[in-house]
Amino acid sequence: MPEARFWRENQARYNMIGHKCGKCQKVYFPPRDMCPKCRRASMGKMEKIQLTGKGSVVSHTTVHEGLPEFQMQIPYTMAIIELEEGARITGQIVDCNGECVKIGSEVETVFRKLGEEGKSGIIHYGYKFKLIE
Amino acid sequence: MREVAIIGIGETKFGELWERSLRDLGIEAGFKAMGDAGISGNEIDAIFLGNMSAGQLIDQEHIAPLIADYSGMAEKNIPAIRIEAASASGGLALSQGYMAVASGVHDIVVVGGAEKMTDVGDDAANEIMAKTADQEWEAVFGATLGSLYAMMARRHMNEFGTTKEQLASVAVKNHLNGSMNPHAQFRSPIKLEAVLRAPMVASPLGTFDFAPLSDGAAAVILAPLDIAHKYSDTPIKILSCGQAGDYMALHDRKSITRMDATVVAGKKAFKYAGIQPKDVNLAEVHDCTTISEIMAIEDLGFFKKGQGGKVTEDGSTALNSKISINTSGGLKAKGYPVGASGVSQAIEAVTQLRGEAGQRQVSKAEIALLHNIGGTGSSAIVHLLGRC
Repeated sequence: MPEARFWRENQARYNMIGHKCGKCQKVYFPPRDMCPKCRRASMGKMEKIQLTGKGSVVSHTTVHEGLPEFQMQIPYTMAIIELEEGARITGQIVDCNGECVKIGSEVETVFRKLGEEGKSGIIHYGYKFKLIE
Repeated sequence: MREVAIIGIGETKFGELWERSLRDLGIEAGFKAMGDAGISGNEIDAIFLGNMSAGQLIDQEHIAPLIADYSGMAEKNIPAIRIEAASASGGLALSQGYMAVASGVHDIVVVGGAEKMTDVGDDAANEIMAKTADQEWEAVFGATLGSLYAMMARRHMNEFGTTKEQLASVAVKNHLNGSMNPHAQFRSPIKLEAVLRAPMVASPLGTFDFAPLSDGAAAVILAPLDIAHKYSDTPIKILSCGQAGDYMALHDRKSITRMDATVVAGKKAFKYAGIQPKDVNLAEVHDCTTISEIMAIEDLGFFKKGQGGKVTEDGSTALNSKISINTSGGLKAKGYPVGASGVSQAIEAVTQLRGEAGQRQVSKAEIALLHNIGGTGSSAIVHLLGRC
């Protein structure tokens, strides 16, 4: 897969930059050019917003049959997180086994390696989550 | 708009069919359906073919004309259209074929669905399935399709008290139905304990909570209702179809324990047909996982939200109970050749409505519902079928 595919998303994935609708104030992550609630009225009014990366677990699962690129991490924990600003995102929860994660657990983002393009390809990075002690 | 009927059905065996290629499967299903309708190739106006991912699964794109060609239709120069909506490709092909006949553009249409899942390994197949979710914002972080359904299940358990036993009872029921279906990939009933003991895939879902990866193809022949009796003694009418969409990524949906695409597609289909959920005798719903069936029977209005697990466990969805759900065995036991499934559901409904389902026949089968979803529910297609 060409590296531009990852590179072009780096701002959002490295820095947790989302978008806020200038009309209804709803926050989106990843960034969207249009607010699905306000649609045309939001065009040109979507503003960048720095997210805190903190949120709580909406649901979670421990993955035992994973994608080939994640085989070495099995079993790993995936979760849907509701961020403080209201947007929901999917990410991996690290530094704990699945049993310490509960619906409602408080988490925050950590910057981690996500994967690599084969043995000699580029490494790509982004957010994962860890529990807030 | 003209009324439309299904006048012929045909499908291949589903399973790990190493000796058969996608084109073999597509041709076999199409020929069987034409034989059932008693029509010749000269009468066919167009072919609509549902397929999720031939490009990745068999390294071949542009498969609609390929199958038309090998079916002997090259010199008829008819249009052949491939339709893609992930796992709802078959259902969408049916709705597109239906609209083409209803509108008067075509008279006789072949609607096929075909998928060859086993020319790649399981890992690659799972990777391809994960791409039917949002690749950039779900799969890239390690989410498999199964893990996304697992998160729906966990949340459903949390919100409504659904239990693992209730999830497992979906698999037990569908395998029992499959044991009575000569076309099913799996013909053995299974025990609840076996489902509960199965290795985890993505907690709380284990191996037996998932439909298999299968090869297979299915086809139906559509015709305007006013000429349908010329071909079939028992044409089955397409009463309506409803399609709806939703956010691509599961995390963006208003709720992860309800599929709004299913809710809206179902409401549309019932409205167009002028009937209610209580009028439906049997439904083939998209049970790619056990939780998907539980959510589907709630979202389609057969049962209250949150009750899907409980009613499955108490037998209300078993054969000839309150409503017969997945009498074919569903994707779970009949098999899951992804893009063929929506068409295969229609075949079960037609078989039941004709009264030809043998051991698994639903008594007084008048109206059937088909429910096909794509990805984690960003597409849903619902059809209602009825006896003429």
